[in-house]
Amino acid sequence: MHIPDGYLSPQTAIPFVALMIPVWGIAVKKVQKTLKKKEVPVLAIGAAFSFTIMMFNLPIPGGSSAHAVGAVLLAILLGPWAACIGVSVALIIQALIFGDGGVLAIGANCFNMGFVMPMVGYYVYRLIKGQAESLSTRSLIAAFMAGYLGLNAAALITAVEFGSQYHLFQAANGMPLYFPVPLKVAVAAMMSEHLILAGPVEGLVTALGVWFVGKNYPAIMAERMEIGGRLDDWGVGKHV
Amino acid sequence: MIGGLASMFKSFRKLWLVLGVLIVLSPLGLIATGTAFGEWGLDELMEEVGFIPAGLEKLADFWTRSPLPDYAIPGLDATLVQSAGGYILSAVVGAALVIAILSLLAKIVKD
Repeated sequence: MHIPDGYLSPQTAIPFVALMIPVWGIAVKKVQKTLKKKEVPVLAIGAAFSFTIMMFNLPIPGGSSAHAVGAVLLAILLGPWAACIGVSVALIIQALIFGDGGVLAIGANCFNMGFVMPMVGYYVYRLIKGQAESLSTRSLIAAFMAGYLGLNAAALITAVEFGSQYHLFQAANGMPLYFPVPLKVAVAAMMSEHLILAGPVEGLVTALGVWFVGKNYPAIMAERMEIGGRLDDWGVGKHV
Repeated sequence: MIGGLASMFKSFRKLWLVLGVLIVLSPLGLIATGTAFGEWGLDELMEEVGFIPAGLEKLADFWTRSPLPDYAIPGLDATLVQSAGGYILSAVVGAALVIAILSLLAKIVKD
């Protein structure tokens, strides 16, 4: 899902960077208010976990591959804005140090996996979980669905970004200038991989992670979910 | 900073353990040799669609300073053991950088 440089036109890639700068600003402000000092290690280790889980490429029949991201797990544990910062840092390191994902494309990649994915995942989790306990079956099913839908939301927006290039940017002779595959094909390929394989893996990682942290560090889950988790604000006012 | 890191280690032992296990197992990610959809290099693009778009070619090499490109030590990917070693080293370096950068948040958040 890491878009390389050249796949997006500069007219697409640069606005995403411009968009992400204020988003990161808001994220830092939110985190400054809501994250506790003792939770910083959880965000740091969690983002390193996300970095590493993205290295586990899953083989896709037909010769492709895909991977889970771990962004929804972070969002559930620490809130979507903290997840945005954590996953963005992982993605920027991946681009600069490992050449995974483009540098011009950092804005788009951070938007997809560092913003859309944790936001969608977080609200899906809260919606399905309701007032259930963090370690209840309902909460773990909610975590699975949140991971599944969060990753697929990111995959869809990624496919739309590069697939649209084929139609929007063509040379005078009609040849595509950037990503050379039509939108329909890009969406079909990306969604089949993520709906069938990577999505369920993301769901499992998310549910297992919520279970593991809830079991071993119940205070972290309680902090985010039980105390401010009234349905009227979904814990948004207090804990996001 | 060292003291801070030490207490970080102590308070979340089990999270570190999970991260360590994942890093050691990371070479499993090498089993999938196929490139993800929409992440092809120029040579793979040639195979997939038969040509390299002009604008894409110009921007593809925008960033060439990655010290560990594709999670590998340059020149050390001839054998599976070398690739696995490079992959684990990359995971360690990446995880360490991510943790070091995010630890800085401790300076701006509440106690």
